[in-house]
Amino acid sequence: MRVFRAAIGVLGELLVTAGVIVLLFIAWQTGYSVMIEGRAQTEVVQQLEEQLGQGDTAVLPELPEAPLVDTPAPTLDDGSVMAIIRIPKLGKGWARPVYEGISLPVLAKGPGRYPHSAMPGQVGNMAIAGHRNTHGHPFFDIDQLGVGDPIVIETRSSYVVYRVARWVIVSPTESDVVAPVPQKPSAKPTEAWLTLTTCHPKFSPTQRYIVFAKLDRVVPRKAGPPPEVRALERFGPAEVASDGVEVAGVDALGVDVDDAVAAVPFRRAAREVA
Amino acid sequence: MYAALWRVLPGGRAAKILWCLLLFLVAVVILFVWVFPAVAPLLPFDDVTVATGLGGHSGGARV
Repeated sequence: MRVFRAAIGVLGELLVTAGVIVLLFIAWQTGYSVMIEGRAQTEVVQQLEEQLGQGDTAVLPELPEAPLVDTPAPTLDDGSVMAIIRIPKLGKGWARPVYEGISLPVLAKGPGRYPHSAMPGQVGNMAIAGHRNTHGHPFFDIDQLGVGDPIVIETRSSYVVYRVARWVIVSPTESDVVAPVPQKPSAKPTEAWLTLTTCHPKFSPTQRYIVFAKLDRVVPRKAGPPPEVRALERFGPAEVASDGVEVAGVDALGVDVDDAVAAVPFRRAAREVA
Repeated sequence: MYAALWRVLPGGRAAKILWCLLLFLVAVVILFVWVFPAVAPLLPFDDVTVATGLGGHSGGARV
């Protein structure tokens, strides 16, 4: 009888211990790992911005000039940084690196581009996956995005501005959402789209939350950051002049940013290419 | 199990409580730094992509 009691006691302690470990795991996944990895992703962007600010644009890979129609896409190394994604609606100065690839180790570092999806600004569909809950949860607040909200993909040569058009919740098997024409797998693409995929609902892998954004325009890097991201960013220390007046028209390189506003609208550029 | 641990720990009650806290913290660090990162990929909470064969399905201009 005494042995039986002792065994029950040990079993109870083991169960309590297991419960505490599960609670610790939840704390780790929703708090600790999100905090540590979210900060790490932000730091990657800050480092990129610093190097880009010094004119070292080679930190981002050379991509085909957007918009393009029939240039073959370059092969990028799996897990390498290929661009920066900026979504002002998700927070002041919100920016994350975009990695090449969608394997778990890559997505643990930050949002990843579906291999073989379109390049930024390219006719077709650029698809990016990102975590909703864990690993710095870059797309935690993705359901806050509304029609018209800008999503800017910063590449070596340009700022590619997309605007949210619509969103859907689908099952994980619906791969049509990343088709060249979203949800029309056999259609021939004539427009440039961006698709973000993440899990839904929060803390559950049962569905996918999908945001579709349509290309608005492509702003060359030399024209400076477009107004969509400029006001919220840390572009250079000279954002506020000594007299306190915001120097909205001048970027870190001293280029008149009005050029950015006057950048070639995509429709016209597409006509020129066609 | 924990009663045996309590008996083994040296010192008076205060010292034993401090030892317990220390051991708990060590366990938490081991879990957070090594165990949980290794276990997380085996659980389904990480799935954020839609199924693709990765075989040029969503190809851009080339399609």
